[in-house]
Formats: sequence, structure tokens, C-alpha cells
Amino acid sequence: MTGFPILSVLIAVPMIAAIACLFVSANTARMLALAGTLIDFVLGIMLWMNYDIGGAQWQFVEHAPGIFGPFGWSLGIDGFALMLIMLSVFLMPICIGASWRSITTRVPEYMAAFLFTEVLMIGTFAAQDLFLFYVFFEAGLIPMYLIIGIWGGANRIYASYKFFLYTLLGSVLMFIAMLYMAKTAGTTSIPALLNYDFPAHVQTWLWLAFFASFAVKMPMWPVHTWLPDAHVQAPTAGSVILAGVLLKLGGYGFLRFLLPMFPEASGQLTWLIFGLSAVAVIYTSLVALVQSDMKKLIAYSSVAHMAIVTIGLFAFNRQGIEGAMIMMLSHGLVSGALFLCVGVIYDQLHTREISRYGGLAINMPRYAILFLFFTMASIGLPGTSGFVAEFLSLMGTYQVSTWTALLCTTSIILGAAYMLYLYRRVVFGEIKSDDVRGMVDLSAREFWLLAPIAAVVLWMGVYPESFLAPMRKDVSVLLARVDRAKPASDSNPTAGKPATVHDAAHGEAH
Amino acid sequence: MDYAANIAMTLPELVLALGAIALMLVAAWGGEKATRAISIAAVFVLVGAGIALTGPASSGGYAFDGMFRADAFGTFAKVLIYIASAVAIMMAPSFFARTQGDNLRPEYPVLILLSACGMGIMVSASDMLTLYVGLELQSLAAYVLASFMRRDGRSAEAGLKYFVLGALASGILLYGISLVYGFSGTTVFAGIADAYAGTPSLGLLFGLVFVFAGLAFKISAVPFHMWTPDVYEGAPTPVTAFFASAPKVAALAMSVRVAVEAMGPATDQWRQIVIFAALASIILGAVAAIGQTNVKRLLAYSSINNVGFALIGLAAGTPEGVSGVLMYLTIYVAMTLGSFLVVLQMRGDDGQPVESIASLSGMSRTRPGLAAALAIFMFSLAGIPPLFGFYAKFAVFSAAVDAGLFPLAVVGIAASVIGAYYYLRVVKTMYFDDPAPAFAPMDNKVEGGLIALAAIFVSPAGYLLIPVIGAWTMAAARALF
Repeated sequence: MTGFPILSVLIAVPMIAAIACLFVSANTARMLALAGTLIDFVLGIMLWMNYDIGGAQWQFVEHAPGIFGPFGWSLGIDGFALMLIMLSVFLMPICIGASWRSITTRVPEYMAAFLFTEVLMIGTFAAQDLFLFYVFFEAGLIPMYLIIGIWGGANRIYASYKFFLYTLLGSVLMFIAMLYMAKTAGTTSIPALLNYDFPAHVQTWLWLAFFASFAVKMPMWPVHTWLPDAHVQAPTAGSVILAGVLLKLGGYGFLRFLLPMFPEASGQLTWLIFGLSAVAVIYTSLVALVQSDMKKLIAYSSVAHMAIVTIGLFAFNRQGIEGAMIMMLSHGLVSGALFLCVGVIYDQLHTREISRYGGLAINMPRYAILFLFFTMASIGLPGTSGFVAEFLSLMGTYQVSTWTALLCTTSIILGAAYMLYLYRRVVFGEIKSDDVRGMVDLSAREFWLLAPIAAVVLWMGVYPESFLAPMRKDVSVLLARVDRAKPASDSNPTAGKPATVHDAAHGEAH
Repeated sequence: MDYAANIAMTLPELVLALGAIALMLVAAWGGEKATRAISIAAVFVLVGAGIALTGPASSGGYAFDGMFRADAFGTFAKVLIYIASAVAIMMAPSFFARTQGDNLRPEYPVLILLSACGMGIMVSASDMLTLYVGLELQSLAAYVLASFMRRDGRSAEAGLKYFVLGALASGILLYGISLVYGFSGTTVFAGIADAYAGTPSLGLLFGLVFVFAGLAFKISAVPFHMWTPDVYEGAPTPVTAFFASAPKVAALAMSVRVAVEAMGPATDQWRQIVIFAALASIILGAVAAIGQTNVKRLLAYSSINNVGFALIGLAAGTPEGVSGVLMYLTIYVAMTLGSFLVVLQMRGDDGQPVESIASLSGMSRTRPGLAAALAIFMFSLAGIPPLFGFYAKFAVFSAAVDAGLFPLAVVGIAASVIGAYYYLRVVKTMYFDDPAPAFAPMDNKVEGGLIALAAIFVSPAGYLLIPVIGAWTMAAARALF
């Protein structure tokens, strides 16, 4: 594969398809979009097959410096980026499929917007130049703004503004910080900046600027309020891509920038992350419990799950970081699938009110089974990806802060509460009205949208090694980088006799 | 220095001046019938002036005993000015063809040529008096252009307002110049710079403040911006497009030259003024635009907002900053001319121009191509990547951060989010709202082509031009330091 610019091709294919979509009829645009995303999926699989696990840190590197003046076209991926690109290319054909029938107006523009989104997501994960990253990262706002605003629900305009301006305000501060970094370090190359040591007092400012951007994107409490609005108003596929991939940009940013570039600041400000995350878990879970709108409920659950990602990342140990990554992948799949499940019944009844449904298990048995599976995955039932993610993250966190771990573990209990409560109201019970009785079970199309996700969720839950292996070396590199700033642990493991392996390792680190 | 060399360095201005005079004579005998021919000839005169720029005019140094400076900086600004002027001439015929009773008269291209000549003198002036002469030549032509529709009340009002306030600004500027002259004993930039070296006297500082106040008026920076929305709204649309592009470039380039060449040693003093004007322009331009319902007024506030961003580059006071200003202006001219060309297409069924933002409703369905172009311009003006407007902001903010002006950069970029709101509103109107009656179809291939050209320049494809334009702006900026 050497010499073949696979990352550029991954970006170019949806780009070309998007432009072509604008000039064709609705049906052709659908086929074209599906073809484009499937080609990208195949390319993604080739990327994964050819990824050399344990090899060089940066693979598939492409470098064309200076073609954009102060910054160049440089791409390359490590294990983290690989996994997130896989998530994007996997979800994208599903999104197109989910919009096949439900989107009837301005189809060519819709498909083009989705393909552009795919271009920008892959670009963000693959960018190795600071400003190239920023361009891809920010540009994602435009297609998403249009998707929410044109094809969204009744209150779509408010939601589209809120989405756009919130995330823009977060990002522009990061832009200034990037300019400073590029000037101080004299390079815009992300791999070089990963090993550049900024003075500690500067790190804090830079950290806060980046945090402002990624915390909004993530989203963390208290800047999460754009998410429920955006999710509720966005069309189904828009919600899937928003929850599935766009939120991961925040987590990826923490992983790629905040931790390795500003280790000292990260160590000092861990309390902030832990505090906000603990509040997010408990508060948003409780809010989710009282929602009457299905999409809003899942949106709030996303905020809670993303808080598990942040505590895992800032645990400064292998379990935490691996758990956070698995959480991102798992949440991308599971919440995406849950939004699809909502979309299936929304397409029939055109309401997201939970109280309008009930008893779907009677007339939609296949739907009930898949919905149950994803509900359980969201709760974190062993055997699903959610369990691996929560277990690793919380275990990592426990080694640093027992209190945070204690507070955040309520996510499992509260998660079970709101998800099961949702499931009971929608699927169990008696059918209350005639229009619900008239609903039909999953069509073949809908079934084949959900089944692959279910398979991957199960795969990740039973054998997470496939997903952890490509990232293992990158976690080691990251840990070696941040180890010096590791916050002190409050769990104070008592050295018993004989000393455990863990204690010995801990002793050496000091 | 012999006369031939002086003439060679001022050749572009001479071409424009002589061309304008010759065309005026043709107009005197040819009358309105000759309008079309004169317009075409005027564009060729601008092209000729552009060709004349390639000679000693681009790098000859001082002409006429230091009164005039032919350098790369002036050349770059002139190229932008000539392009914007040519577009202003090209977009006029179809607009005036539809006005009631106000035909396009041959004076229009001639006045634009004279104005362009004045602007050329402005950006190349290296003496306060040359500068003033150039400025007045540009302004007087512009006053007439603003009130070009004699039967239209708003146009006449715009011309009068522009004249009264412009005269006031010229007065302030002249007062500043006289103070500087009084305390430094010279009007040549190099001599003034010597006087500012060391600790400038109070009189020199007052002179500096008045000069900058006068310049701020010309670039419509806050707090001297109040004429802009009224003039932009009232003037005929092609003239508004002209005002928002060419004179803005000229006035900003002139301000940069005065700040760097004449008052370079007093950078710390004028930097405070520039920072204030920049932030005030960005914030006021953004906040005041929110309530606008007229698209021309909206673009007027947008131009105030954009001047603020360009001034951020000047505040840096470094070659990178000046290069950033030029880069900003280049991209700004394309975005602005493109936006006004789209505004020109906003015509009701009866062919009359409409200007309300509401009339854009649902344009993405009735005129998808035009809507896409305007959306590109709006996102670009808001500075959202991957559009080229982002790189404009990149260039000036990068210079500000390099110069250590962090508070300026942070406040400026945060205020740009406010600006994004009203640009988004235009996109929202076009894409999210239900269609209003469609505009009359476009019947002018030239305008369609220009819109497409501007949109492609502003699209991500423009990034490929960065190395070329960047090298050019940097060379231009170095000429000043």
C-alpha cells in the first residue's frame, strides 16, 4: 500500500460525490451518496487491515508542506484516529440509509451536506497540521447548520443558531491559542507539537482555550445545553451523526491536544474535569429521567456518557484512557442506534412524545428486541460494548480519585433507571390508541440498518481486544508523555505483603 | 532626477487621468449614445493603467523629490483598486437600465476613472500634501457618484450627506496635517518620521490624533462611521459596491502608509488609537447589523465590521501585520463585490430593485445557484473555514498574536461570533424560510460570470492561491519597513 494516498482518497471520494450530488435528481443523489459512503467504508476497512499494529506511531503519512502558505496538507493517523475514522465511515452509509425515505424534500442538497460532513470528519481525525485540523474541525459547523435548519423539526431555526454560535464561540478562542502555539513552537505539525514543552504558566491559558472549544463540542456540563435542542430538532440521520461522530471530536481533542500538549496544566486542572463530569453524570441523568421527549432523553444520556469519557481520559492511566476511547466508540454506535430506533417509530407516528406510545412489543416484536439490545448496551450490560467502556473508565478513575469514581458510578444505576423507564413506557404495557396499533414492524431496510450496529456492539462487548490493540501503543506513548504530571492519587493503596505488581510499578514512577 | 523617470513612475496615474479627460471629451460630443463605448473604453484604460504598473511604477522609489513613492505596496493596493473599479463599471449598465428615468450617463465611468486616479495617488503618496490632493480627487468624484440618480431622493440625500461629512473629515485631516507640519517643519513622510523619533512633542501627538481621526473617517471606522449606512443605502447599488471596495482599500492602504512610514517611530502612540478603532468597529459593526432589514445597510455594517478586522493587522505594526491587512483587503474585496453583485440580481417582477432581506426568503429553491453564491460570501465574511474569509482573519490575527497583542486578539475573535449571527441570518432567510416570489431571472452573463468568479475565489479553492498572494503581500509590506 505504500505510496497510495489512502487518506486523501478517503477524503476525496465523498467530496466528489457531494459535488456531483448537487447536480442530479433526488433518486440519483441517494444512490450516489450511498455509493460514495460505501466506497469510503471499504477504503476504511482497507485502512484498518493495512494498519500496522505496534508499528510506527503515525502511519499512512502524507505531507505536502506549504501548499496553503503557512500551513500544509499533512495527514496521518495513529490508533485513536484510525478507530474514530472507522466509526465515521461505518455510521455514514447507515445515515444515508436512514434518510432514504424519511427525507423527501431537497434530497440532493441533503445528501451533499452529509457527504461534506463525512469529508470534514475524516479530515479532522486525519489532520496532522494544527490549522488543517482547525479548518476541518470548524467547517463541520456549516453542513450541520444546514442539516438542522433545513430538514429539522418545528423549532429548527432556534436550534440551528444555538448549535452554530455556541460551538463557534468555543472554537475561536482555541484558534487564538493555536496561533500562539504555532508562533512559539515554530511549527504547525501536530506530531512535533506533541513533544513540545510549553512553560507551565502558559500551558494553563492554552489549556483553558482548548478546553473552551472541546468542552462545548463534547459537550460537558454546563455548556451542554445546545445538544438537546440540536438533537431534538435534527432529522434522524443528523442526530445519528451528531451523537455518533461529531461529539467524538471533543473527546478526540482532549486526547490529541489537551493531555499530551499541556500535561502540567492537565494535571493541575484535573479537579475541574472531575468536578464538572461528576455533576454532569448525576445532573443530566436525573434530567433524562423526567423527559417526555425520546430524543431529548437520549441526548441527555449522551451528556452523561461523555462525562465518563472525560473522567477516563483524565485518570492518567491505561485503563482510563482505553476505557474512554471504547466509551467514545461504544457511545457512537449505541446512541446512534438509539436515535435510529426513535426514527423508526417517528417516521410512522410523527411524534417523539413517549406517552403517545406503549405496547410496541405486541405489534413490533423485532423492533422491541433490537431496541432492548441497544437499551441494555446503553446501560452497560456485560457482553455489550457499554460495559467494557464504563468498567475500564471507572476502574481507571478509581485509581486517581475514589470520590469521582463513586459519584460517576451512579451513572450505571441512573442510566438503568432512565433507559429502562423509557423502554417500559414505549415498548411494554398495553396498546393505548389505534394509530399505535396500526404501526408495522421493522422493514428490511430498517432491520439492516440496525443489525450491523448490533453486531459491532456485541463484538466490542465480547472481544474488545480487536479495538484496543491498534490503540495500545498510542496509549503507552501518551502515558509516557503525561506521566510526569500525573495527579496524586487519593485511593492510597496500602502496601500489603507481599507487595503487588501494581504497587511496585507505582513506586518506580515516583 | 530627470523628468522622464518621474513620469515613468507615475505612469499609471497619468494613464488614468489622461484617459479620463479624453473620455470626458468624447462624452461631451458623443452624449448618452456613447455611454456603452465609453464604459468599455474605461475598463481598457484601467487595464492599461494596470499594465503601466509593471514598469518603474512598481519599484522605482521616490518621484518628484519625495512627494510620491512608487513601490510594491502601492502597486498591490492599486491592483485591487483597479479590479474593483473595473467591476464597478461593469456592473452599472444593467442596474441603470432599470431605474426610472435615471439612465447611465457617460460621466459614470469617467468619474470612476478619476476616482481611481485619486486613489492611486493616495496609496503612493509619501508627502502629506500629495496625500491630500489624491484624497480630495477621489472624494469629489465619489460625492458625485453617490448622488448619480438625480431623480431619486435617497441618492441625492446620500450624496449630500457624504459630501458634508466627508468635507468635515477632510477638514479634520487637514488640521492634523497642519499641526504635524507646524511641529515637524515638513510634510514629507521621511521628515515627519524623523520628528516623531525620540519623544514627540505634545503638538505632534495632537497632530497624530487628528490625522488618525481624519483617516478613520475615510475608512469608516468607529467612532467616525455614522455616514456609512446612510450613504450605502442611498447610493445606486453599483456605486455602493464601489464605495465598499476600492476607496476602502485605498483609504486603508493610505492609513497603513501614514502610520508606518510617517509615524512609524510613534507606533506605541497610534497603536492605542488603532486598537480602539478596531475593537469598536468590530463590535459596533456586528451589534448594529443585527437589527437591519435592508441588505445594503447590512452590508454597510458588515464593511465597518471588516475594517475593524483589517485594523487588527495594522495594530500589530509589523511587516506581517501589514501583509495581513493587504491579504484581508484582497479577500474582502472579492467577498464584498460578490455580495453586491448578488444584491444587484435582487429584482422584483417589474424589474425594480428590491433591497429587503426578507425578499431573499427561500431563494435556495427559486435560484439555487445565486443562493449558494451568497451563502458562500456570507459564511466567508463570517470567517468560517473552509472558506477563504477565514484565511483573511487568520492573517491579521496571526500578526496580532505574534506582536503579543493577546487581549486585542481574544476580544476581536470573540466579537466575530456576534458578527457571525447576522451573516447566518441571511443564510437562514435563503435556506430555511419559505420561498418569497422569485426574483426576475438573470439576463446578464457578465454579472453571472463575475459572481461565479468571486465565489470560486472565496471557496476553499482560494487556499491554493495563498502562497502566491502571501508572497506578494509580504513583498508589498516589506517595502514600507
